[in-house]
Amino acid sequence: MPRYASIWFPYLLTEYVARKEPDTRNVPFVLASRHRGRMVIDAVSELASRNSIRAGMVLADCKAIMPELQMFESEPEKAGNLLNALAEWCVRYSPFVGVDLPDTLILDTSGCTHLWGGEVEYIQTIVSKFKSFGYTAKIAISDTIGTSWAVARFGTEIIVKPGMQSIALKDLSPVALRLEPEILVKLRKLGLQRIGNFIDMPRSALRRRFGSTLPLRIGQALGQEIESILPVKPIEPYQERLSCLEPIPTATGIVIALQQLLETLCMRLESEGIGLRNSVFKAYRIDGNIQQIEIGTGLPSRNVNHLFKLFEHKIVTLEPDLGFELFVLEASKVEPMTAEQAEMWALSTQNDSKVAELLDRVAARIGEQAVCRYLPVEQYWPERSIKLASPLWEKSHTQWRTDWPRPVHLLSKPEPVFAAALLPDYPPMLFRYKGKVHNIIKSDGPERIEQEWWQADGLYRDYYCVEDENGGRYWVFRSGPYNTGQPEWFIHGFFA
Amino acid sequence: MLPTAEKQLIAKKLQSQINALQGLGKQSCNDAEGSFEPFASAFPGRIFPIGAVHEFVSYEPTESASTNAFITALAGKLIKKGGLCLWVGNTKIFTPGLKHFGFEPDRIVFINAPKHKEALWILEEALKCEALTAVVGEIKELSFTESRRLQLAVERSGVTGFVHRHQPFVENAVACTARWKVVPQISLSENDLPGVGSYCWNVQLLKVRNGKSRSWQIGWLDKTFVPVSNENLSIELTKKRHVG
Repeated sequence: MPRYASIWFPYLLTEYVARKEPDTRNVPFVLASRHRGRMVIDAVSELASRNSIRAGMVLADCKAIMPELQMFESEPEKAGNLLNALAEWCVRYSPFVGVDLPDTLILDTSGCTHLWGGEVEYIQTIVSKFKSFGYTAKIAISDTIGTSWAVARFGTEIIVKPGMQSIALKDLSPVALRLEPEILVKLRKLGLQRIGNFIDMPRSALRRRFGSTLPLRIGQALGQEIESILPVKPIEPYQERLSCLEPIPTATGIVIALQQLLETLCMRLESEGIGLRNSVFKAYRIDGNIQQIEIGTGLPSRNVNHLFKLFEHKIVTLEPDLGFELFVLEASKVEPMTAEQAEMWALSTQNDSKVAELLDRVAARIGEQAVCRYLPVEQYWPERSIKLASPLWEKSHTQWRTDWPRPVHLLSKPEPVFAAALLPDYPPMLFRYKGKVHNIIKSDGPERIEQEWWQADGLYRDYYCVEDENGGRYWVFRSGPYNTGQPEWFIHGFFA
Repeated sequence: MLPTAEKQLIAKKLQSQINALQGLGKQSCNDAEGSFEPFASAFPGRIFPIGAVHEFVSYEPTESASTNAFITALAGKLIKKGGLCLWVGNTKIFTPGLKHFGFEPDRIVFINAPKHKEALWILEEALKCEALTAVVGEIKELSFTESRRLQLAVERSGVTGFVHRHQPFVENAVACTARWKVVPQISLSENDLPGVGSYCWNVQLLKVRNGKSRSWQIGWLDKTFVPVSNENLSIELTKKRHVG
């Protein structure tokens, strides 16, 4: 006899928000969205529901009931995604997990519960696990999906013994049968307040009066009609294994194993139209030691040769000792291959994947932070006028400015120099840098650059572009005004 | 009987094939040819070598800045039609300053390689990658063997390499097609206008394979090289080693 568990999350969406933003845990809040110009509540947190605020009410009314109520915009289709993720997680409790929107999971627990020591313990484990995640879950187990659904929401007992469905349902309201609102209204009009009032009536009579849904639902709840769940299929991890009959102690053997694994993995990636961004190659030694090497790529890739090259120089770091008996290759991060990446490369006329692969090899060898590209920022302060592009192929939103001269070389930190100027606000006559005196014969400036006050405080800089008698061109600046003694001079860059 | 113009064309084609065999790089594209004036005249066949390795030597910080700007200007001519430039080495380059030299600064990918060995490895790998247009390497030392490897890499791929050696211990013989030195000169001001004028360099071609070494006084005006005075066919002797 099959057994089904129904897990009901009464506050699924609001508890998700509270999980993401712990500050909201102790305030009543609702999730609302716009319907015909009004904000209508989609989900209610537990604190808010105590003040009889329900989904479907208008936000303005609820604010009148409860002025401290907070509101967040609800995300469409969040419940489905969330339930699917939870269903995938629940696969550990049963191989067949179905999603019943908007807030219920159905588990086929047949033959599973004894592994947790019985149905009571099974339920307790799941409830406490969800509680530790921050979700309130109500669970009931019975012979049918219908009864479990009803008892999880409206029942007091959590376990309905085999064949006792009609007794469990007897005292519940007809809502527990998953009926349409019209039928519920009709039942209420006829004074049928409990399921027990009509559950024993002849089906033909019920069908005549209420249509075919009611007898079907009763049949499903009692187990006379078949109802099945559509189990979720979790994505198989992108992992390939290769076990060896003899332990492999040589680099050649490891190379062959790695190539085989890469080929099978890339075949699968190709069939699914995705490429890997991160990959881990694990080698299990016969004495139980596990070693691994890891690579990453800038663009999703499924090119065996390229990926192998990234691994290649790391193979020497493995210590086979007496030999490896098992190799596992895992793609820990996969991304779809899109045309968008090619578009970013439009600035390169030629084959873009070649450059990407070159940069991957470089990054694999000396680290990802070594590869960088700069983009302009709309800031005047020289140190802040460029930023690192991330990702590497980020498009720039502003143009490079050319209206003011900028040096070709910039010192990472301005270096103090001794400078003498004829008059305040005049360019220096000479300056001494690294023990060498530079007599200035030509100069431009000053270009005054202020700190952006919303970012940092500090003195302004008066930049001069100066040229000495040898033709060396320098970017020097005076920090601050003259009114407080001698201001400091710095050299900041070299012009071409 | 072929007309003379056609004969010359065939001769030019043959010469470029010979050049390619001699490691002088592939023939520069016809439309780009004009933009490398006046330097092209110093090379065999009056063709600026593309797909070859050029070596630059600098000692002073200002020389280093001028050299980088000059490299950028050359690479900018190459990259005009789109492409990507890789800049390897521990560089001080301030990207906003490059735009002045006819180069979109976001077309450069910088690779910081503090270790000499790694920089050389990256340089070689980059020069092998034909999808790139130009590769600049800022390294201090370059032995003959290392330079030979770089030369072999570009011969196969056709990427143009610029190796900038700042304060090398010794100016040893290398397998590069040309050795340059760029020294900043007093800037050019029109009509005695005050202030710093347009940049001016003394560009010295110290060594060139199958060509004549010379030097030019070059100004940088409106994104082109402008010769200031008549070119000198001789080069004043420069110190072989920098003291200090």
